[in-house]
Amino acid sequence: MKVSIIAALGLITLGMQSAHAASLDIKITNLTQGIYYTPILIAAHSGDNHLFESGMTASTELQMMAEGGNISGLSSMLDSYSADKVENPAAGLLAPAQSTMAMLETSDGNNMLSITAMMLPTNDGFVGLDSWKIPTEVGTYTILLNAYDAGTEANNELILEGSGAPGMLGIPAAPGTGAGMSGSSVTNEETNTMIHIHRGTLGDDDMEGGKSDLNNTVHRWLNPVAKVTVTVK
Amino acid sequence: MLNKKSLLLPLLGIALLGCGGDDDKDEMVIPVEPPAPAPMYSYEVTVSNLTYAQPLSPIGIALHKEGNFWQLGEMASTELETLAESGDNSALLALDMVDISVSDSAPLGPGNSITLTVTTEDMMDAKLSLVSMMVNTNDGFSGLNAIDVSALEVGVKLNFKTRAYDSGTEANDEAIGTIPGPADMGEGFNALRNDVDFVAVHPGVVGNDDGLSQSVLNYEHKFDNPLMAVSITRIQ
Repeated sequence: MKVSIIAALGLITLGMQSAHAASLDIKITNLTQGIYYTPILIAAHSGDNHLFESGMTASTELQMMAEGGNISGLSSMLDSYSADKVENPAAGLLAPAQSTMAMLETSDGNNMLSITAMMLPTNDGFVGLDSWKIPTEVGTYTILLNAYDAGTEANNELILEGSGAPGMLGIPAAPGTGAGMSGSSVTNEETNTMIHIHRGTLGDDDMEGGKSDLNNTVHRWLNPVAKVTVTVK
Repeated sequence: MLNKKSLLLPLLGIALLGCGGDDDKDEMVIPVEPPAPAPMYSYEVTVSNLTYAQPLSPIGIALHKEGNFWQLGEMASTELETLAESGDNSALLALDMVDISVSDSAPLGPGNSITLTVTTEDMMDAKLSLVSMMVNTNDGFSGLNAIDVSALEVGVKLNFKTRAYDSGTEANDEAIGTIPGPADMGEGFNALRNDVDFVAVHPGVVGNDDGLSQSVLNYEHKFDNPLMAVSITRIQ
């Protein structure tokens, strides 16, 4: 009787070991010259789930992240998926051309890697990776990420404190230098309400007026906007 | 392996003994071969300018074993600043880390391609870097950063697409007199650093058609990634 219990425990232990699928070192580099990333969310999940999908409507949780940098909603969503996650590896903003490191232990079945972070200053722009299949082979892999628009807020390009709340129009903050004020608004419409590749910010050269509060020589970018290096150990 | 060695050592001993002691046993003398010529390794590099109206300053290529011409997020060296603001690659190619280098003599126009060959006697740990300025920008450059070519077999080709970088040493004001290319024929290198002072991916040019009223650039000079197509083939 005792022997069989021990044997059963041994089987459980073995089962737990095989449930631990992969051990990853993840380095994320902000490639831009003037865009900051709000707290980053990294997740390993099954192929059935997503943090976001281009061409689909953003979830309320994604909207909270893309408009205000708040990852708590997406993080709870990941818990309901039994996903593995790393929250906020940079401990705050990831500045232009800076890198952050994270370690992620994945469980069996969580073989897709996704990443999101809001881009500041934008209305609802975010850097994203949707469901990159984690290789089983040991090695180092490089992924280049593009900028997405959540499609949830008009890109009016006006900086307004407190506008990070979902549905409140405006860019909540412009870290770094170069931002203007008193713009008249680029647009009040968001006709494409699906998640799409960001068309980039317009900006202008009038720091005390014009259409945009953003600076067209500071706050523009070209894709890719981030580099992710994944080491499968 | 071990067996061969243990056989070889006594044979060498006999050969040496043979040389010194007994002139009749000529067949035991090991002939001395003339030294073989040092092997040469050559890489053929073909570069295409993929832009609409951004001439690329003369392509510079270096073979080196360590170091980088630039690192993202790090301050540009004065040599890199010189390349990125003026298109002059001579200081960069003269750095101590460079073992051997080659440079084109003329800028590479939009839509054009060139092939350069770089040859070395020492392929061990060889890295290849390539640099060029987009001359109708304040301080934009592109290239390859320390590509490992040490294990490349003869006839094998590596293909790359390059991104545009900004050296971060000169503000992208696109102002009259600040851009060395044909759009402005303005100033090249200036030691003043009035930008973020780190290397990042280039945000693109704005131009006067797109809201930067003081810009000498226009719609023609806009670019997007990738900037160049580059192939490296080991030919020898």
